[in-house]
Amino acid sequence: MARSGGKPSDRKEAPERIDRRAALRQIGTVSAIAAGAGWAALAPPTWPGSLRDPDGERGKPKQPVFRLPENGFLVPNVPGGAVLGIARGQNVVAMLKAAVDAIGGMGRFIQPGDIVVVKPNVAFERAAALGATSNPEVLKALVELVRDAGAKEVRVADNPIESPESCFVRSGIQRASLEAGARLYLPKKSDFETLHIPGARWIEHWPFFWQPFRDATKVIGLAPVKDHNLCRASMTTKNWYGLLGGRRNQFHQDIHGIITDLALMMRPTFVVLDGTRVLFRSGPTGGSLDDVRPGQTIVAATDSLAADAFGWQDLLGRADESLPAYFEQAARKNLGNPDWRSLPFKEAQVG
Amino acid sequence: MSHEVNVPKPSGAPARPRAETRDGLIRPAWLKPNRDGSPWYARTFRITTTRIISQAFFFALFSFLLFFTWFSRLGGYPVSLFLEVDPLVAFATAISTHTVYRWLWRALFVLVPTLLLGRVFCNWMCPYGTMHQFFGWIFNIRSNKGNIEKNRYRPVFQLKYYILTLFLILAGFGALQIGLLDPICLLTRTFVVTFFPASDLLAEHLRSTLLGHGLDVPTSFLSSAPGAAEQRVFAGAWFVGLIIFGLVGMNLVIPRFFCRVLCPLGAFLGVLSRFSLWRIDRDVTKCTDCDLCLKHCEGASDPHQALRKSECFVCFNCIDDCPEDALSFRWLPVSIKDRVIGTVKAKTATLFGRKVISEHLETERRTPDVPRRRWLFASIVGVLSFPFLRLSRDVNDRGFNEKAIRPPGSVAEPEFLERCIKCDQCINVCPTNVLQPATLKESGLEGLWTPVMDFSVGFCQLNCTLCSEVCPTGAIQKISVDRKLGMKDYADAGPIVLGTAFFNRGRCLPWAMETPCVVCEEVCPVTPKAIGTYDEEHTRWDGTTVTLNKPYMRPELCIGCGICEHECPVLDDAAVYVTAIGESRSKARSLLLAQRKEPNQR
Repeated sequence: MARSGGKPSDRKEAPERIDRRAALRQIGTVSAIAAGAGWAALAPPTWPGSLRDPDGERGKPKQPVFRLPENGFLVPNVPGGAVLGIARGQNVVAMLKAAVDAIGGMGRFIQPGDIVVVKPNVAFERAAALGATSNPEVLKALVELVRDAGAKEVRVADNPIESPESCFVRSGIQRASLEAGARLYLPKKSDFETLHIPGARWIEHWPFFWQPFRDATKVIGLAPVKDHNLCRASMTTKNWYGLLGGRRNQFHQDIHGIITDLALMMRPTFVVLDGTRVLFRSGPTGGSLDDVRPGQTIVAATDSLAADAFGWQDLLGRADESLPAYFEQAARKNLGNPDWRSLPFKEAQVG
Repeated sequence: MSHEVNVPKPSGAPARPRAETRDGLIRPAWLKPNRDGSPWYARTFRITTTRIISQAFFFALFSFLLFFTWFSRLGGYPVSLFLEVDPLVAFATAISTHTVYRWLWRALFVLVPTLLLGRVFCNWMCPYGTMHQFFGWIFNIRSNKGNIEKNRYRPVFQLKYYILTLFLILAGFGALQIGLLDPICLLTRTFVVTFFPASDLLAEHLRSTLLGHGLDVPTSFLSSAPGAAEQRVFAGAWFVGLIIFGLVGMNLVIPRFFCRVLCPLGAFLGVLSRFSLWRIDRDVTKCTDCDLCLKHCEGASDPHQALRKSECFVCFNCIDDCPEDALSFRWLPVSIKDRVIGTVKAKTATLFGRKVISEHLETERRTPDVPRRRWLFASIVGVLSFPFLRLSRDVNDRGFNEKAIRPPGSVAEPEFLERCIKCDQCINVCPTNVLQPATLKESGLEGLWTPVMDFSVGFCQLNCTLCSEVCPTGAIQKISVDRKLGMKDYADAGPIVLGTAFFNRGRCLPWAMETPCVVCEEVCPVTPKAIGTYDEEHTRWDGTTVTLNKPYMRPELCIGCGICEHECPVLDDAAVYVTAIGESRSKARSLLLAQRKEPNQR
């Protein structure tokens, strides 16, 4: 510090020690650094300014855990009301409206001020006509219907298998969402949080596409009807797969158990089974128009299992085959009723 | 150097007259005319100011175009424009392929100005030059005298001509290596592999920080890859980053180190600029040999003596700095040496009746200062380098690397190496991040930084042909989705096959571990699927029964897109993996006899 240097001639006259003020300052600096370092390293962890981590636990990242609402996003049942609304026809808008009206109309489900998440299936980068993704026309009609019912905000969200942007654009879902005035949520890493699903067999704690669900009050699933190589059919229940992140490729080791967990995880306000196109083979990816046939049906339901069972028997035309195992597993957990004919349902022919 | 520098004493602040102007009005100091009578704005609106604006514009344009090289931003912009106007790219690929691909005629946009004005590209347009000049300026702590000494020409500046010679000879043999050092390729690659992922990281970090405070603010406009689910990663990014640090840092040792010493494009333009019609000219009847013109000389082109046309970047700093107004940029200036009467030594020299003041009568040196024997030496190195590169196992059909899987639309490997300039624009635009710059292991030094697919990172998305759109040189030929998938007009030709998938049954869950899986079959995008299953009821070790769908390949259907490998849950060393065999760009690398048939026989 204040060592008197200068020319050699000056040094002869310089004092042998540095002056007291400089010495005190230097000693003070050394003591302060030593004391500060000692405090940070040695003070008990609860003390302010302490960095002490005796067993290494303190330094590990903390993952906050999130939960969806206790009863999901359900609305109260109407005694005697239909659980399943089936509309057949050509006009997508009219069919959707008829299907929703059959289960009580949009006003039953959406109140002014609601923030509504709509979950289409945008898993693959495919043109809509190939049937591997939700029909954008249906999505558009649905978002418009929800907005007409007074929803404050409609959010469209999915976590695709392929690169998200390409999937949303190629499937037409991006355009349909924006045209209908919805807000799009493409998954970013920071959008995921660990979700706690009490009672789930496999995914009790799993990364969940949380961002669109922040402050959301209602959730509507919109799923196409697809053949599936492993779980045999992918419809409204399997559709929630797209809300999860992380190592989804492990799910196939017990796909039926996972779908049951998905049904447990998400209790939606209602679901729409989009049977305008049916991917009846080579699912869930398809890729050829030959794998798709028109279904001319839209189903709205407050019971996803019932809707899926209808899809299996009627739209996929597999009534003579037994239902995939996840129906029974989910039904056993009281997550729905695959025996849709035993439930109140309405069928309508429109346009 | 023992050259004496005659620096006039600084004239201090009162450069302008304090007295009232001719019209009698008193003006603020910045509005007063110059001492030589020129108006006030001549101080600000100089040609060098225009040059700086031009550099900023071109740097911004360059960054903008690369930033917009992304699925949702493409919108018809000519995103590879800088690579297309690079005359070295056009020239070297013309040597290696005997053709000028697609947009490469745009090199004329740089070639013609060079023939007229000299190396204007280097100091008016080149974004890499701008970057070096900027950092050299920011970090310059030398005195004026130090700057003058640093800006003298040095023999080491010849190196770039040897590099150019080497690269052009290699190009003649079909090994295109200009991309290693061509400034546009180098900077594009640096942006793609280092700066852009950093911007993604920043955008994502900012977003999660804001979310932590409950603010749902989109930050994707900061990201070069908006909508990508994962942070993009690039093989060998650290090495590309190290190179840019090193090259920028060298500006502290030699200003514009890269431009003066290494740049093959600069060398190419330097050779061309001997023909240029304009050049900086020195008036020997005004020049006092003070050397102040060297103070900010970017090219180290010796404007104080015989101007080295091949080195001059036409930055105009010398004209600005000359206190005697002896320098000007002139159209076809005459060589004055033979017109001087009398001798400089006896101080009797005159030029057109005016007294010659400068002791240096040479005003121009046209050609690069490279001795003929050294051109020869560089050529020999080039001739010998080709076999050294090409006889490396990995780039040769006799031992091609199984992981050198090229993007869809790529021409066969030897032609690919004739065309690829390692710019990495394809890697920039790839939406799944599957395209990676090759490290030395996939195709040796010759294929360094060329695009290869790494399916542990991404996969080739079925309907995507973006890499083929942005490739400036046709290493990846422009293809349509129909061509890629073998649809409509291309049904006979069949789909483009990148490679073939194989199962490693020893690591596959259903095959080896009594555990159901078949993610691979699920994600297989072709129809009918290229992965089938043998389904069996199986009693496990603990007595429970499971249905195992044991996957197998149908090789005629596999297009090598790699999504099976990417989605395989055996992450570290996937149980299904793609190798290059069977790629449709090369008959020699086909796997099945059926693949060898001509399209119309199929």
